[in-house]
Amino acid sequence: MKKVYARPKVLKKAVFHYCPGCGHSIIHRLVAELVDEMDIQDNVIGVPPPGCSVFAYNYLDVDMLESAHGRGAAVATGIKRANPDVLVFTYQGDGDLAAIGTAETIHAANRGEKITAIFVNNAVYGMTGGQMAPTTLLGMKTTTSPFGRDETTEGAPIKISEMLALVKGAVYIERTAVNSPSNIKKTKKALRKAFQAQIDNLGYSLVEILAPCPTNWKMSVLDSWKWVDEVMAKEFPLGVIKDTTGL
Amino acid sequence: MKKGYIEINQELCKGCEICMEFCPKDMISPSDKLNASGYMPASFTDDGECTGCAICALVCPDVVIEVFRD
Repeated sequence: MKKVYARPKVLKKAVFHYCPGCGHSIIHRLVAELVDEMDIQDNVIGVPPPGCSVFAYNYLDVDMLESAHGRGAAVATGIKRANPDVLVFTYQGDGDLAAIGTAETIHAANRGEKITAIFVNNAVYGMTGGQMAPTTLLGMKTTTSPFGRDETTEGAPIKISEMLALVKGAVYIERTAVNSPSNIKKTKKALRKAFQAQIDNLGYSLVEILAPCPTNWKMSVLDSWKWVDEVMAKEFPLGVIKDTTGL
Repeated sequence: MKKGYIEINQELCKGCEICMEFCPKDMISPSDKLNASGYMPASFTDDGECTGCAICALVCPDVVIEVFRD
């Protein structure tokens, strides 16, 4: 019999440090598969963030340059301008891209930098222990919102993808999830298109990926995967938000 | 006739049970032994029904499943 599925070559043989059922490792694998399939391993530079995915460079066998918290888009801008032929992507969580890095992200998109942002939204700050993030849902209990997020004092969940869709330099914005086989396939397709938009020099592309965080949501793995569809996707609807690539 | 089978690297499996939820033939179940990391890894019962659809490998967060098909 023929082997039809094996670990992608670009994924190092390291053990993921992520909790059981985490979405990050699935997204790492999808990126690795794409780099394999597009045959661009020597021509990619990734920018991992602080946060749970801080060790992305331990798993992806491509060039990586760690950025300071939230500064992924600025670092990626520098890399891309110095190496216009290299595919540059940032890998950022919601505590990184939607909080401390909002300014960098919006202005990089507005300048139409030819970079791709992989924005992993799990509605909490994962690595530091599940504090409230700007993307935390209303009423959701976290360690810093023990009575649930209250709109009058903490505001409503921020929708970065919809905000970026208004920016002229952004050419491709899609929101997907990694909580079911079909959603994982759609995520891979979205990432491929975002990379292609960059390779074709069209402008800024971002894929927002809703990822389960069973540990900080204090749920079983299966409950957290269902929760993404049943609760989170109601607040953050899945689908293409902006596409002017013509691909 | 056997159409496919999978191999699970039980030492790297974290026992999240996602593959068991999505396997269309319910051929994956928790193992009765702990692995070195202290997780109950997934184990594959090969009763010849596996079609090698690779859904388990697609959803596996830890990339521990290899799929073989005719």
